[in-house]
Amino acid sequence: MSETPTNPRYAPGTHPDLPPPRRTTGALGWVRSNLLSSPLNVALTLLSVWLLWTILPPSIHWLFTGAIWTAVDRKECWALMDAPRDGACWAFIRGSFELFVYGWYPEPERWRVNLTFILFIAAIVGGLRENIPGKKYWLIFAAAYPFIAAWLLLGGFGLEPVGTNKLGGILLTLVVAVTGISFSLPLGIALALGRRSNLPALRGVCVIFIEFIRGVPLITLLFVASTMLTYFLPPGSTFDLLMRVLIMVTLFASAYIAEVVRGGLQGLSSGQYEAADALGLSYWKAHRLVILPQALKISIPGIVNTFIGSFKDSTLVLIIGMMDILGLGRARLNDPEWLGLAPELYIFISLFFFISCFAMSRYSLNLEKKLQTGHKS
Amino acid sequence: MTQPAQSTSNPLLQLWRNQESRGVIIQIITMAVVFALLAAIARNVVINLEAVGKEFSFGFLLWPAAYDIGFSPFLEYTNQSTHLRAAVVGLLNTLLIAFWGCILATMVGFVLGIMRLSSNWLVSKLSYAFVEFMRNVPILIHILAIYAMVVTLLPPAKKALNVGADAFFLSNRGFYVPSPVFEDGATIVGVVLLISIVLVYFFKRWARRQQDDTGKIYPVLWVSLGILVALPGIAFVATGMPLSWDIPVLKGFNFKGGMAIKPEFLALWLALSLYTACFIAEIVRAGILAVSHGQTEAAFALGLRPNRTLQLIIIPQALRVIVPPLCSQYLNLTKNSSLAIAIGYMDITATLGGISLMQTGKEMETMLIVMGVYLVISLLISSFMNWFNHRIKLTER
Repeated sequence: MSETPTNPRYAPGTHPDLPPPRRTTGALGWVRSNLLSSPLNVALTLLSVWLLWTILPPSIHWLFTGAIWTAVDRKECWALMDAPRDGACWAFIRGSFELFVYGWYPEPERWRVNLTFILFIAAIVGGLRENIPGKKYWLIFAAAYPFIAAWLLLGGFGLEPVGTNKLGGILLTLVVAVTGISFSLPLGIALALGRRSNLPALRGVCVIFIEFIRGVPLITLLFVASTMLTYFLPPGSTFDLLMRVLIMVTLFASAYIAEVVRGGLQGLSSGQYEAADALGLSYWKAHRLVILPQALKISIPGIVNTFIGSFKDSTLVLIIGMMDILGLGRARLNDPEWLGLAPELYIFISLFFFISCFAMSRYSLNLEKKLQTGHKS
Repeated sequence: MTQPAQSTSNPLLQLWRNQESRGVIIQIITMAVVFALLAAIARNVVINLEAVGKEFSFGFLLWPAAYDIGFSPFLEYTNQSTHLRAAVVGLLNTLLIAFWGCILATMVGFVLGIMRLSSNWLVSKLSYAFVEFMRNVPILIHILAIYAMVVTLLPPAKKALNVGADAFFLSNRGFYVPSPVFEDGATIVGVVLLISIVLVYFFKRWARRQQDDTGKIYPVLWVSLGILVALPGIAFVATGMPLSWDIPVLKGFNFKGGMAIKPEFLALWLALSLYTACFIAEIVRAGILAVSHGQTEAAFALGLRPNRTLQLIIIPQALRVIVPPLCSQYLNLTKNSSLAIAIGYMDITATLGGISLMQTGKEMETMLIVMGVYLVISLLISSFMNWFNHRIKLTER
């Protein structure tokens, strides 16, 4: 500030740069330009502040400061509060946490579930990190993961067998979601290629399949799985309900993946196809080396969005009586000890899904930016 | 790749190497596999149905349904009615929730999307937080949580909240509102209303032609509103006000009279609309951002005021980007409405695909009808949207 000119006479072009007006910089400037730039904005800001003021303090009190974290049942919870229901009874969630995570998985075998979770994180990190040493082996591991997980969870081959009816809670949610996600990707790519094929019969079959699946709600497909899929199978064969549901979830997700991948295939310029043909590559070689790497790259955000969708859709199994995290939680609500603690339960489950899905969507956004190698407008 | 030496002798291999015949072979194999699969399924179905002593027929639709449906605003329904009638009631309930859901979702979605683009930091962030929270949590949780809130937080009918004018009551039995009762002469007012709508339509066309020919702009909005309010208003007064309201009154444990919006409907409607609105908000935001700033500048340079710029330049171009994904959101909402079964709102999945299925044991038939209904609804919505999309499409050279 000391350099501020006192002498107004400068030769043309020699006047030193002045600092910007103080009202336009710093916190004050930010507030003026972002909150109070026009009468309408002043009104909107006041309205928002009022809204936050009425919602936030009671919510924070209910969620944190007034909440009870340890108690044996809801009566004790409420006795510990200033007034019953004055705060959240998180003791309910803490008390049921093991059940929510493992379902009815036998206690001594739970290390297998933990190992599955750890390998899951390893497969995700190893499969997605760009510059990780031994990338090829990580990818093979990620592709083999569903089978390793199935072996670990269900047993056999040296491990104590565990029935699929013992799976529940977050474990079941993850089983449904991860199976749907990992098997729908190859199936979806195949369907997309079939739909783009120039063989009318092949194309017709794929189009009918995709449009049929996309035209009906997932819940009707789950009803089919739970009530009538056994009629489709050879007489006498019994088929586990979980397996039937997994098949339906996979088929459902694959139709959506197919449409996303088709978008990616259409997004490629025809020059790429022509160039591959000109090089004399066969159909499969052209797709493996030229078309699919580019098409999949464009469709990654869409694929991740489909994954988010199928993760959220995994809650629907509750309607046909399977105990995923939502079903198990609702069953727990009928427990006389914790009767009527629905808000706590729904907040906990919402948070679980929000964190997982939000992380996935952030990742996809990040990837979208990183993959943007084309022209920027 | 070209090693014809040893293969030319084998005619089958030759067929395979020829691109055209290979295509035919692949298609024949595909069709053979598909038909073999279908035939095997059909055979299994026949054998399995016979084994449990069931018959594939739609005759059950005419059996009495013997269950109650608590919410049937359009059709008379008792538990003596047939399964077919139950199915139609369910279908109408599905269409009702889908219709109102799409309307509310569009309105909230546009507001949220525009809020997200606001220059006001706080407004934009509030919208962002709401949208991200809603769309990253499964719709089923929203439905169950909102239903639980409606049922547990709202007071029982005896202590219903008087929302306004002693005529609107909110309780855990539902939202009670006055229902209109039309008396003689109400038809005349209806006819006058229709006539005024036709008048407005022709006035709009005339004004547009005048503007195209002479450049003169008429106040279309105000004149239209005037016609729409004044003409039916005059008719209404002239016929002696043939409309009264049936106001809900608390009698005993529940309300009598008026219309009740059931808590199931309310919860499902709010959950579906808010969830879908968050996806629509993102679509609207992307659509508006897709209109390049040059368009706005060009409009200003031509001397259009901000209002007209929005109306004539930005919205038409943004709509072109917005409509196709909007259409698929409407489809999603309609399909998600099948989750009504979780809270006992009687839509087609809950009536025909739920209770009728359990009572009659006709899994095949009921599921076929339910899926067929959803397929038809999906096709109708997407063909309507395609038509609309075609209408607003950019006419290129």
